[in-house]
Amino acid sequence: MATIKADEIKLAPQNNGNDKVNGLRVPSAPSTHIIKPTFVRDSHAMDFPWKIKWNAETCIRCGSCVATCTFGAIKPQLQRKGQALSTGHLPSPIEATEVIMAIKQVNDPKYYCRGCEMCEKVCPTDSIKPVPNEQHRFPLVARHGGSPIKRGGRGHHIPIRVLDYIKVGRISQMTDPSLDAARHTFDLLTPLGRGLPADELPFKVENGKLVPGGSIPPMRWIYPVIIGDMSVGALSWRMWEALALAVAYLNEECKMPVRMSSGEGGMPSRLLKSEFLKYFIIQIASGHFGWNRIIKAMPEMVTDPAAILIKIGQGAKPGDGGLLPAEKVASHIQAIRGVPKADLMSPPNHQGLYSIEESVQKMFLSMNAAFKFRVPVAIKVAASSTSVAVFNNLVRDPYQIVGGYFLDGIQGGTGAAHEVSMDHTGHPILSKLRDCYLAAVDQGKQGQIPLFVGGGFGDTGDLAADAFKAICLGANGVFSAKIWLQLAGCVGNEKGRCNACNTGYCPVGICTQDHRLVARLDVDAVAQNIVDYFLALDQELKKLMAPIGNSTLPIGRSDALVSMSKSAAERLQIAYAC
Amino acid sequence: MCRMAAIKSKTPVPPALALRMMLAMQKGHDNSGFAMVMQDLGGAFAEFKKFPLLSMACTSQGLERAEELLEELGFSPKFDYQPDVVNKPGLDFRRMPHYIFRNYRYPEPLNAAYPNQPTPEQKKLLVETRLKLREVLSHDKQGFVYSFWPDVLTLKEVGDPRDIGTYFQMWDDNHWLKARVISAQCRQNTNYRIVRYAAHPFFLEGYTLMGNGENTFYQKNKEFQQRLHPAYIGFESDTQCFLYTLHYIREELGWPLPYYKHVITPLTFEEMQRRSDADVLMRVRQSLMHLEINGPNTVVFVLPDGAMGVIADAKKLRPYVIGKDGDLVVSASEVCGVNMIIPDRNTEADIYPGERETVLIDNALEVQRWQQ
Repeated sequence: MATIKADEIKLAPQNNGNDKVNGLRVPSAPSTHIIKPTFVRDSHAMDFPWKIKWNAETCIRCGSCVATCTFGAIKPQLQRKGQALSTGHLPSPIEATEVIMAIKQVNDPKYYCRGCEMCEKVCPTDSIKPVPNEQHRFPLVARHGGSPIKRGGRGHHIPIRVLDYIKVGRISQMTDPSLDAARHTFDLLTPLGRGLPADELPFKVENGKLVPGGSIPPMRWIYPVIIGDMSVGALSWRMWEALALAVAYLNEECKMPVRMSSGEGGMPSRLLKSEFLKYFIIQIASGHFGWNRIIKAMPEMVTDPAAILIKIGQGAKPGDGGLLPAEKVASHIQAIRGVPKADLMSPPNHQGLYSIEESVQKMFLSMNAAFKFRVPVAIKVAASSTSVAVFNNLVRDPYQIVGGYFLDGIQGGTGAAHEVSMDHTGHPILSKLRDCYLAAVDQGKQGQIPLFVGGGFGDTGDLAADAFKAICLGANGVFSAKIWLQLAGCVGNEKGRCNACNTGYCPVGICTQDHRLVARLDVDAVAQNIVDYFLALDQELKKLMAPIGNSTLPIGRSDALVSMSKSAAERLQIAYAC
Repeated sequence: MCRMAAIKSKTPVPPALALRMMLAMQKGHDNSGFAMVMQDLGGAFAEFKKFPLLSMACTSQGLERAEELLEELGFSPKFDYQPDVVNKPGLDFRRMPHYIFRNYRYPEPLNAAYPNQPTPEQKKLLVETRLKLREVLSHDKQGFVYSFWPDVLTLKEVGDPRDIGTYFQMWDDNHWLKARVISAQCRQNTNYRIVRYAAHPFFLEGYTLMGNGENTFYQKNKEFQQRLHPAYIGFESDTQCFLYTLHYIREELGWPLPYYKHVITPLTFEEMQRRSDADVLMRVRQSLMHLEINGPNTVVFVLPDGAMGVIADAKKLRPYVIGKDGDLVVSASEVCGVNMIIPDRNTEADIYPGERETVLIDNALEVQRWQQ
């Protein structure tokens, strides 16, 4: 059977140029015009989640959009344009064609538009923008080559946001007056580190005073909002630097003891050996990335880190290890992590740990011992149906060396993950937070292992409200990550915009190691944005504490909350209100 | 707001003093009840100070059950006082069929000695017995047991304090009952449905406590305390939490009294960091952060040795004044209450406890004050 190649199909001229419709001459198709047939297997912009809308009339062809698009999703293309011209006093149109430069969307799924809107941002004449394509069929065209879809960022197909159903409903009014958020003194600190039952505190009474009489687990009082773990590697060095700058400024200048987790990627040597190390929580995860350098720096450390965080799991992709594509393993990342340029995949679990008890014995003890029992050692796990069992086990830790339980919910972000993991695995955070807190209450052990929660806090931009509600439900504090990236200019969102953190082509220089892209990030401006946000957040937390009459953190004060969802109220054991 | 009145005297005084103070402080329709703990008793019970005194209000069936239980446990009655009452119509209060104020002997072998303060074994037995009585009486609402302790008498009634005073003939300055220490409180009007157990002062193992204002950390306090000690129960009132914390600090932990203030109203971190004992205070704060109160409260307490203390909240949102005249120290949540009893005192010597202050009045009426 004869086959026909698309290139061979030529359309004969349909008319000789003299056909008229309603008296108007219809231009003829040129004899050289090639019309390609459409095969259903071919991908098209209609298949993609974003379609480019370009306005030929207003575009000045400056090329900014094409130069800016890091994904190669648009390209300039010459295009013949037919038109009718009339120059006389009376209409006497003549046929004319011209070749213009047009901006076209690339139809290859490898270069699909992420909707980052950088083209729109740079266009001087508002001539181009991506628009969401609700009817797209991207999941069906994106698995070419047998490779699962990967992405970074956020968006987990979460149908509702329970935090928004919860309000601070117990308002102090007459018997216990509301406080003045601007004038009262507020103490917004929370402990990180193992708390002992009061009757086990190693105190002696001497001359009517309690005096220390033995060793005691390390503990810090810190700000209840922690900058969550994002590694150098997942983040560009400039983004990480901006976070570190902001943290140092908040501590040194604003006297807010904000702590930042390093993420699993090590830390710059200079920082490890500086006074500022005390503001950082160093993370160790299953890949142990960066620990060669950290261990080598230990003899030269002039202060202790704020804490060590053993990462077991991550809420956005539970059961999956970290994933840093080779594209992002630039030379400085290789140096800091001590690895060659290759895909860096942390194992899904810590090799050699087979039980909670063993992890306490081996990992916690060794990390505690490494810093001579002066640094709290905490653990981060993905929220799961089993969270309470793990928590209960840790609460019974006989060595009293578990310094914190970081619980990460499904709405957390990630640098890179398989989409199927992000969208379909994980556990919402609030019910697990509540379960763990109430498990501690049942045992009279609340506060002994501080609970920190993350995963979706600040998604709407209102981190103070989210954090406050979590604290009332029993959290000692929250850790949050995505919001700091958004303050740096990240355009990703829960609806699927951008979220290309896995590609190395971050259009705003946050999640890439490409010098040209990283240059787009203004470190000082980002640090200032983060500091400003923290200062505002601090005021907002006070604005939430004042009406319930509290000047210290209402950890576990669930009576301050009401839920407008009956099922959420029941599950979280708070009052239902309508 | 709850009205509080506390009297500490070198000589026994009648409860009429407390009632007068209450009426002086009364506002509007603030009339929902009267509760009082009397300690270091004179009058009818003066000769039985070392015998556990049961304060109970109950039905006939409740009385029967309570007596059975006490007999079963080996307690035997020593002295019983049935107050004469004036049961005239129109009195606005919910009376109970029986009011029991009865001294008991300890069961063997604890009856071998009757020291000034009960021995640890006697203490344990008295607390356990009161809890058992409470449980027995709670079935079918057969009554309330408030205290079972030597030299301590408790009365808690729901209704108009004036009528309660009339019923028990407490307006009489020569009343059958007098005491050197009286703590009294009238509840505010919002709580008509409140039960007697919710009325402070509360008593536990030698400690008496009352407090006004709202305990905004009530839930946290309660959730923490309910696992600390079998006697930390009820929680009908958020003020109970203050008593349990005092008891926990002193009896369970054995910490000096100044740490009570450090626990319920911790210093700010800024203040703590300036102190040489910052390490200790920060640990105390971490371990007992669920016992902080953080609301507008004045706490008035009596220690087992009879000393009376006052602590204000850290924001000083609740007033309290202590006045002294001769052999009498009178304190109240409003100065008009103090004026009612000792109008001619030197008011310049009145003490208004500060937000970081603890005031302690010992049995010689010497006043100690210290900053947190």
